[in-house]
Amino acid sequence: MSVILDNEISKLKKSILILCGMVEEAVVDAVDSVMSNDRKKAERVIENDIEIDHFELDVEEECLKILALHQPVAGDLRYVIACLKMNNDLERIGDLAVNIAKRALSYYSMSTEEIPVDLRPLTECTKNALSKSLEALIKLDADLASEGIAYDDVIDEMNRENHAKLLELMHRHPENVERYLNILNVSKHLERIGDCATNIDEDVIYMVKGAIVRHRTGIDGEFKRKKSS
Amino acid sequence: MTTDSPIDEQVKISVRHLNFYYGNHQALFDNNIEIYRNRVTAVIGPSGCGKSTHLRIYNRIYQLYRDQRAEGEIRIDGQNILDPSMDLLELRRKVGMIFQKPTPFPMSVFDNIAYGLKLHYKLRRSEIADRVEESLRGAALWDEVKDKLRKPGTALSGGQQQRLCIARAIAIRPEVLLMDEPTSAIDPIGTSKVEDLIGELKKEFTIVIVTHNMQQAARVSDYTGFFYKGVIVEYGKTSELFTKPKQKKTEDYITGRFG
Repeated sequence: MSVILDNEISKLKKSILILCGMVEEAVVDAVDSVMSNDRKKAERVIENDIEIDHFELDVEEECLKILALHQPVAGDLRYVIACLKMNNDLERIGDLAVNIAKRALSYYSMSTEEIPVDLRPLTECTKNALSKSLEALIKLDADLASEGIAYDDVIDEMNRENHAKLLELMHRHPENVERYLNILNVSKHLERIGDCATNIDEDVIYMVKGAIVRHRTGIDGEFKRKKSS
Repeated sequence: MTTDSPIDEQVKISVRHLNFYYGNHQALFDNNIEIYRNRVTAVIGPSGCGKSTHLRIYNRIYQLYRDQRAEGEIRIDGQNILDPSMDLLELRRKVGMIFQKPTPFPMSVFDNIAYGLKLHYKLRRSEIADRVEESLRGAALWDEVKDKLRKPGTALSGGQQQRLCIARAIAIRPEVLLMDEPTSAIDPIGTSKVEDLIGELKKEFTIVIVTHNMQQAARVSDYTGFFYKGVIVEYGKTSELFTKPKQKKTEDYITGRFG
């Protein structure tokens, strides 16, 4: 029984890794499409999303099959459950990449002017957070995952700064509001990708340590909110 | 190995420094465990790990055999049942046992249950009939056998026979029920009925069940102990033991990666 289950779990692991690759590529291309007005990349991200969606369904089916047929326990159970949750987050990241690509197309359809705020710190930070999460997942490394979680606050702060700058620009140039809204959304989508990467980090920690760290301050941290008893 | 008892549980059986010997061969090593009242405790582990041996000490049934001896302490509600002055008839009334294969007596369904009642209690005929019905209802068997009470117990299906044995055990109003692989010889439907019954019975009794079937342990029990080579490797809440076991050996065993 254990050999069959082992094979199924290896297969699941392979599928999740392929999905990680597809999603990471989508994010990188989407960011490029914004930063360097690369229309082709934007279109590719939008086009390829259907593949990510199909892959997500396949992974979900694989997980359900393992749960139904093998009733895994302990580490195996945590692995399958974490994959099921990450699968959702990965697909969501794919959708956010599509949104970013669409905003890029919309922005550059109105003007070829460069983006009025420097998005690079946020794009770099988000890409790093995502690749750290995926690396933690590949290596099943809870320490790497914890490092990944630390990006979340930085990303949130950068998004807030972009938001403030863009609002100011909108006040000064109300004629460009529609164009700037695209960038505001790009910033927000990047921040959401950071949130999804954090979810993946938390799932990796659950996989490895069996500890649920969501809504806590750290791996061994206390719940932020006191449990009502 | 010991665990701190959860604050919301009452200890029914407390086992301390239990060792057990088959002649010169030591089968259990310093077992320490607390069994909680009105809870189902499952005992799991590979063949020959000592789980049935451990269970058989709780009602001293091992004493039917020569050269078997237990050392240490088993306190049921504070009373050490390993004390030589312990009244064995009283102990076995208090601690009932259900075995792997259904063992109905070669007599009618009714008499299977009435027999033990007559042995332990002085009851009028009508009281016996009431207790038989009450026990069969308690074992979720009444509706299936109420018209066959005079038929031989051995004529029932395997699953029904096992529930008959459970009815027989609960008829004498024990406090603890020991079950040694109670469903390994019956089909899935019978198994599911016995498992449902275990869930009902724990409202009245404290249940300890030895099982080879880990999914069964996970389904029916509140606490699980993992035995290996006569040692209790890990003991704790079933929900935790099956999701995040503390010991690597437990993880390897329950995920089927043993050896």
